[in-house]
Amino acid sequence: MSNTVLNTEHIPEGGAVGPLNSGWRLALREFTSNKLAVAGVAILVFFLLFSFLGPFVYHGDYLVANLSATNDPPGAGHPLGTDTEGFDVLAELMKGGQASLEIGFLSAVIAITVGALWGAISGLTGGLLDSAMMRVVDVLLSIPFLFIVLIVAVKYGATVLSLSLILGMFTWLVPARLVRGEVLTLKVRDFVLAARCAGSGRWRLINRHLLPNALSVIIVNVTFNIADAILAVSYLGFLGFGLHYPNFDWGDLVNNGTEYLSDGYWWLVYPVGFCIVATVMACNFVGDALRDALDVRLRRR
Amino acid sequence: MAAYLIRRCGTSVIVLIGISIFVFGLLHIVYPSPARVVLGPRASLLAISQWNAQHGFAGSVFRQYWDYVDGVLHGNFGYSFKLNQSVTSLFAGRWMLSAYLSGVSLALSVIIAIPLGIYQAVKRNSVGDQIVTTVTFTAYAMPDFLLYLIAIQVFALTFKVFSTQASSSTNILVVMGDWKDMTLPIVCMTMLILAGNSRYMRSSAIDTLAQDYIKAARAKGLPERLVLFRHLMRNACLPMITLVGLSIPALLAGNLIAEEVFNYNGLGLLFYNSLQDEDYPVLLAYTLVGAVLTVLGNLIADIALCVADPRIRLT
Repeated sequence: MSNTVLNTEHIPEGGAVGPLNSGWRLALREFTSNKLAVAGVAILVFFLLFSFLGPFVYHGDYLVANLSATNDPPGAGHPLGTDTEGFDVLAELMKGGQASLEIGFLSAVIAITVGALWGAISGLTGGLLDSAMMRVVDVLLSIPFLFIVLIVAVKYGATVLSLSLILGMFTWLVPARLVRGEVLTLKVRDFVLAARCAGSGRWRLINRHLLPNALSVIIVNVTFNIADAILAVSYLGFLGFGLHYPNFDWGDLVNNGTEYLSDGYWWLVYPVGFCIVATVMACNFVGDALRDALDVRLRRR
Repeated sequence: MAAYLIRRCGTSVIVLIGISIFVFGLLHIVYPSPARVVLGPRASLLAISQWNAQHGFAGSVFRQYWDYVDGVLHGNFGYSFKLNQSVTSLFAGRWMLSAYLSGVSLALSVIIAIPLGIYQAVKRNSVGDQIVTTVTFTAYAMPDFLLYLIAIQVFALTFKVFSTQASSSTNILVVMGDWKDMTLPIVCMTMLILAGNSRYMRSSAIDTLAQDYIKAARAKGLPERLVLFRHLMRNACLPMITLVGLSIPALLAGNLIAEEVFNYNGLGLLFYNSLQDEDYPVLLAYTLVGAVLTVLGNLIADIALCVADPRIRLT
């Protein structure tokens, strides 16, 4: 507090004590007071509506080639132009966004479910099992993520579900470490001891007491995981080893447009690039803000 | 210290064994035997089983794993039947090119990140700090290939200053002299690494700036330049050691994308081409090398931090 001038606006009127707020309400207030966080949520909502409701409003063709209208620059009829097969770029952005967002969310959910359970079991049990489970995490974390995902995707990846599974299988490691750390500090607290005395089994302890209290760590990690997964799937698509036709994501669109950059067909690359950057950035904004809002130690007093 | 070193190396060895099991297991699942590739699609089952027996693909899984580890320890990373060449010889011609691109970019990014982080900490929340933060945050959210494409568009297609492709030579000395072709890949990779590192450097410098010894240095009348260079910089740099050690997986991934976009003849492009050929011995050999480098990077960073920071006392 370097500013010594008292800011009278924020001092409550004498006597009146505000209603008791739960931790979540406080966190929500903290979150909504962060402009970047609100902007991030707005961008994410926009892209969700754009990808999933957009096709109902805007009908563009991305399935039947139209060779009389290839590589048209943005203009009437095609707000973002057409590509080399005469497909409408705006409609492709919507369709590609569906796949990118679906894979992002799905793989993050898979990663966090596996990671939270792994970390909770490891942290609660301790001892030899804990060491063994954490060495497994160490080993998988040492293997370069993009390499292994590409190799498995070449062999088994083709659909939204399989790619989400592949990405989820190699991104649960960091959440597992974080949840384990959280569980290690929680399991020595009195309420866990009380639950144990009341006869809670291991499974009930994890489900009812440990994971709900580690929820803030989990939620923050989900948002970053979504951002990373959207980026990762765009890499797969860009390198040409992502979804198989007729499914495609934003990365595939960049891949298709790259070779025409020297012809000046900028609308094949930059609009979709903007979509990727904006979505990932929005997720990062939301993640940063959630971390600030949920971590009591970082909260402004 | 010695006990810590021994224990730290011990866990690394356990992780390395785990990596070898994982990589071998994956290779065994996706690519049990190259017999089909070698003998062709019309080979009889008898011919295939004979070939497998002759080339050591028929024994028990444990036997095959042991042979694999034995080969790796003797520098034999497998054989690419698609390219009809040993993986070792494929790597030998290329690793220096990749090491040059990644190494120069990493070194440049560290050289820039340190003064930049100190500047941002000293001028915290100024316009300059906010501009740098915005740029790095955007670059952090940007897929690597997009930055490369923008750079190619601006500097190679619009203003024809640099080339759209990296040097195609396989001679490292020629590549090093080819600044017109190598500037774009190196500068872009530097920016992307910087985007990941600079905020850590900034927050480390901010934390250090709040320490009492900085206050003491200022109070005794030391010129600000000396406070920053002698007291702030040397302490604020410590997290960079860990960060560089941890950056190897990201470096390998960035290198892969850069070599694909700029058509640079290193290990990343080899990996990309092998993906298209589904040449699993090459793919998994590079994965193994990358994983070993990651473990070594962590280990060396931990040891280097102990050496650099005498406050760390480990038992």
